[in-house]
Amino acid sequence: MKTLAELEAIRDKAREKMNIRNNNSEAIRVVVGMATCGIAAGARPVLNAFAEEVAKRRLENVVVNQTGCIGMCQFEPIVEVLVPGHEKVTYAKVTPDKVARIVVDHIVNGNPVMEYTIGHIMK
Amino acid sequence: MEMINCKINGIAVSVPKGATILEAAREAGVDIPTLCYLKEINEIGACRICVVEATGARGLVTACVYPVTEGMEVKTNTPKVQNARKINLELILSTHEKKCLSCVRSQDCELQTLCRDYGVEDSGKYDGFKPQYELDLSAPHLVRDNNKCILCRRCVAACEKQYVHVIGANDRGIDTHIGTPFEKQLDDVPCVSCGQCTVVCPTGALREKDNTDEVWEAIADPSKHVVVQTAPSIRATLGECFGMPIGTNVEGKMVAALRRLGFDKVFDTDFGADLTIVEEATEFIDRVKNGGVLPMITSCSPGWVKFAEYYYPELLEHLSSCKSPQQMVGAVIKTYYAQKNNIDPNDIVVVSIMPCTAKKFEVGRDDQSAAGVPDVDIALTTRELGRMIMRAGIDFVNLPDEQFDNPLSDDTGAAVIFGSTGGVMEAALRTANDLLTGKDNKDVEYKEVRGTAGLKEAVYNIAGIEVKVAVASGIENANYIMSRIKDGTADWHFIEIMCCPGGCVNGGGQPLQPASVRNFVDLTSLRAKALYEQDKAMKIRKSHKSPAIKKVYEEFFEKYGSHKAHEILHTSYVGRKKYR
Amino acid sequence: MVRSHVLVCGGTGCTSSNSLKIIEALEKEINKQGLTDEVKVVQTGCFGLCALGPVMIVYPEGCFYSMVKVEDIPEIVSEHLLKGRIVTRLLYDETVGKDEIKSLNETDFYKKQVRVALRNCGVIDPESIEEYIAYDGYMALAKCLTEYTPEQVIKIVSDSGLRGRGGGGFPTGRKWALTAPNKAPQKYVVCNADEGDPGAFMDRSVLEGDPHAIIEAMAIAGYAIGATKGFVYVRAEYPIAVKRLQIAIDKAREYGLLGKNILGSGFDFDMEIRLGAGAFVCGEETALMTSIEGNRGEPRPRPPYPAVKGLFGMPTVENNVETLANIPQIILRGPEWFSSMGTEKSKGTKVFALGGKIKHTGLVEIPMGTTLREVVEEIGGGIPGGKKFKAAQTGGPSGGCIPAELFDTKIDYDNLTEIGCMMGSGGLIVMDEDTCMVDIAKFFLEFTVDESCGKCTPCRVGTKRLLEKLEKITSGNGTMQDIDELEELCNFIKENSLCGLGQTAPNPVLSTLRFFRDEYISHVKDKKCPAGVCKSLMSYVIIADKCKGCTACVRVCPVGAISGSVKQPHVIDDSKCIKCGACMEKCKFGAIVKQ
Repeated sequence: MKTLAELEAIRDKAREKMNIRNNNSEAIRVVVGMATCGIAAGARPVLNAFAEEVAKRRLENVVVNQTGCIGMCQFEPIVEVLVPGHEKVTYAKVTPDKVARIVVDHIVNGNPVMEYTIGHIMK
Repeated sequence: MEMINCKINGIAVSVPKGATILEAAREAGVDIPTLCYLKEINEIGACRICVVEATGARGLVTACVYPVTEGMEVKTNTPKVQNARKINLELILSTHEKKCLSCVRSQDCELQTLCRDYGVEDSGKYDGFKPQYELDLSAPHLVRDNNKCILCRRCVAACEKQYVHVIGANDRGIDTHIGTPFEKQLDDVPCVSCGQCTVVCPTGALREKDNTDEVWEAIADPSKHVVVQTAPSIRATLGECFGMPIGTNVEGKMVAALRRLGFDKVFDTDFGADLTIVEEATEFIDRVKNGGVLPMITSCSPGWVKFAEYYYPELLEHLSSCKSPQQMVGAVIKTYYAQKNNIDPNDIVVVSIMPCTAKKFEVGRDDQSAAGVPDVDIALTTRELGRMIMRAGIDFVNLPDEQFDNPLSDDTGAAVIFGSTGGVMEAALRTANDLLTGKDNKDVEYKEVRGTAGLKEAVYNIAGIEVKVAVASGIENANYIMSRIKDGTADWHFIEIMCCPGGCVNGGGQPLQPASVRNFVDLTSLRAKALYEQDKAMKIRKSHKSPAIKKVYEEFFEKYGSHKAHEILHTSYVGRKKYR
Repeated sequence: MVRSHVLVCGGTGCTSSNSLKIIEALEKEINKQGLTDEVKVVQTGCFGLCALGPVMIVYPEGCFYSMVKVEDIPEIVSEHLLKGRIVTRLLYDETVGKDEIKSLNETDFYKKQVRVALRNCGVIDPESIEEYIAYDGYMALAKCLTEYTPEQVIKIVSDSGLRGRGGGGFPTGRKWALTAPNKAPQKYVVCNADEGDPGAFMDRSVLEGDPHAIIEAMAIAGYAIGATKGFVYVRAEYPIAVKRLQIAIDKAREYGLLGKNILGSGFDFDMEIRLGAGAFVCGEETALMTSIEGNRGEPRPRPPYPAVKGLFGMPTVENNVETLANIPQIILRGPEWFSSMGTEKSKGTKVFALGGKIKHTGLVEIPMGTTLREVVEEIGGGIPGGKKFKAAQTGGPSGGCIPAELFDTKIDYDNLTEIGCMMGSGGLIVMDEDTCMVDIAKFFLEFTVDESCGKCTPCRVGTKRLLEKLEKITSGNGTMQDIDELEELCNFIKENSLCGLGQTAPNPVLSTLRFFRDEYISHVKDKKCPAGVCKSLMSYVIIADKCKGCTACVRVCPVGAISGSVKQPHVIDDSKCIKCGACMEKCKFGAIVKQ
């Protein structure tokens, strides 16, 4: 390494890998239900898809978490998106192919994907 | 030079920048006591005896190493300072074996003097744990008694300065003591026996092994013919044992004293020095002419020889095969003199008075027994002779001057200067020049090789031959010479090496001078001056011109470097294992 | 895709409580559950809460698990890492809120801490240069080399008010400024990592947790003073620190952050590790240099100071690990940021190793000026067992004690010096009412007597005599004259010793004499140890009325000092008793008491 630019490039790349450790209460939280029911319904690929999507878009202010069973097993995989200062939005029967849209519309642009929400699906 | 103005006890002095408080105080005529400090050798500020109050400094400072600053005011004797020194001395005493009445250093012990000066009560206030040590009597030349050691480390510094470094501090805290690597006996480590440690020890912790009782016994034995020889430098130093000024030549009184001690004959090692020169010069010329090993190095100094045997066993061929003057004299006494006077060599006791502790080692070396018995029986230091004279009740200072006995006398100026660094080289050059040119050259002074510098070099043209010479004293410089020979960068032809810095006048067996003198007086130069003055005043200043030398070759050895001379006057060397 | 990081403390404290086994088990279990691509295990440096070790933190949740055992690992993996159910029972209790899990930073232990020197400890993988760089590592060096002249760097450090954290508190900027102008063929930067105070381990933790910070800081110091060569003198007893530092040096070289022409600036700097053999005196700067030179580690008189004639006779800057750990932050965030923390003359933060009678033994970093009370009661969690605070020792064997009446002392260099203590390298040992202050002084003195290098008379002989006088007092043979002589000798040693070790060795005695003189007098006059610690001055006795003659004490006594028939009151033979207290602990009836 011979330049400051090179050092900065290494820093930025390394930083992405370490965003997970930003224990930031101001962050947007994506919580994937990962109880036995959720895993059985395919929550793990969903969880991974979220993690990948967030990393790909370098969203530093987003944390992807798991949680246990919330008691509505038939709607698993269930994903909650918590944007500070906004109502919690719960998505049901999420599949990996829905993840990109949730991230772009909801997390990046602030427009929840209503058709994926549990309310919409239960109707 | 930038000067610093300061005040010592109110006395204004101006000293060069970098001067210590101790030096500034000296300038002001104020003595500050020291124990560990030895100028340029041991500047470690460890004993804390020299503490003083100084403006601008926090707490007390050690005068020996603390530089004065502009406007500094120093107080050397306040109650606070005195009290600190007193507590310090009491602490030292609490670990010191106080057998002062029976100590060889009684009355010239630096600790004793300080305790007296400061009114130390030895109240036992600080009595407590005191480590006990066994005496180290393993080496032939000295005794190490850690029970009397005050850990000033002057010996360690002297040994380090000598590049020998076989003693140092071992362990720590209250258990700290001076020891050898791996706590071995001194005889099992590469100590060169130079005795420089004994010269600087302020107490009786390091002392030469005393052989005077053997001498008294031999003198008292009517069946023994006891002869004594004195090395060139002794005449310039013995007077110090009796309070005479440093550099007083006491040759005549010394001979008188020896005779009064009861020696049957009093010979001069100068005879051996002259003998060494003719043999060594002959050997050198032979090496030059016949492609022998060069450079050739002198072998008079047993400490230096021992060092070479430890560290450069592969280069021992560079050493002249000549025995040292002490051993030559012993060999001649037990062969030529014994035959001439019809005395059985077994009945002769040769005692030598040497400036050197390594001579005690040398007398026991292999291949030093020309008559089948050791050439020299007992080697004493100048200090031991001083004590014998004292014990015998001889009023040394008021003795008349007397002459050495024949036939081993008729010393030359060349032999006298053996006692100083460069002296052997100058003496050898005087003889080599005559031998090679076949003339009696008038110019006998080779001033380039004089002086107390540790390393001197010169180039001389002798009978059309360019001779490059080097003179080294102190093992550090000896090591430099040897490393140059080893790596092939040495272009000298002839080298003089003396173990002790400054040569024999500063030998490890010479009279003790306290640090208060050593730090401010150039002992070596003053003592050497006496020798050069004697040389200048002498009629015969070349070894080969000595009537005694001429006679011994005529009557006994036939010619320089003869087969017989080789058998009696030459020796061999062995590689030595450093650690046993 | 990695979605979770598990940070396990790999500092010496947690390593000794088996954290390496935990990491092994964790990796095995993660593999078993097929989570290898999703969960990353990171071994970090010290978190500070050593009393709770082994500790780990799981991100992104930030769950802090303490006292984790190998058996707990399958549960943590299957419940938390797989299913997202936090294993509440292993959480550090102070992070468990009413209905939420609090961040570690909100706990009492961390709340008042400001982590500057320790900022990366427990946060990054010390063996990964990328993780260091991710948190702006080497940016300070880059900034110095590209934007500042050496003089500017020195000015920034001077303006920050940073003072040496090794004990003396000498202004770091001034030290650099004194060294920089001295011309020499070679100059050196030396990092003093010979942490010797018993109980202090902040330097070890920084080296273990954030070794690159030291490398970066040394390179900055080298640039500032014109040195191209550095040495880190670290104790051989710190194997983890040595290993990580060596990995870090190798990595930094590989990345071109050490070596020739760093970042194309034309500045060369490289460094080496030198191992110390554990002599306390080698923490003294001149002794340390003597040791690096290959000689017996002993101090040398000053002047000449290292700035003029230091390592190998060349101008040298020697800084302590914690001091250096502050440097990159000061460069990046500016001197004003640093000097905004702390008190008037002591800026920034200080790391303390809490030890002794305190709940949270471990490592804390607090702004200068925090009171001792805050440190002990709030951050340290107070004294266990409801005991009363008696005193705290700062500065280890070179320092002194702070008594309860000075509990609200604001900790900084000058306040501590004023009360006869010193900051020292940051050991803080808390003592409760059961501590005998004469015994404590004796304890510290035993240490210095053992560690005295033996070079100068006052320290070599004087400290030994001090200890002997203390032993005389604690064994009940002391006189009032001994107390006077003790004081006289203390002052002598302080004023006359060659180096800091000797000059400060009497401090524990002087300080306890100052604040607890009555305890000394009790030992001498009443032949009593008020705290009941000094064995010669107390005895165990059996209260006959309470003794049921159960013989439990007889059986536990290791020296057969107790006799008596079954169901009859027993007696203790004081001449045989070794005062171990085992009988008192064993007695169910409270029949054995100390007198």
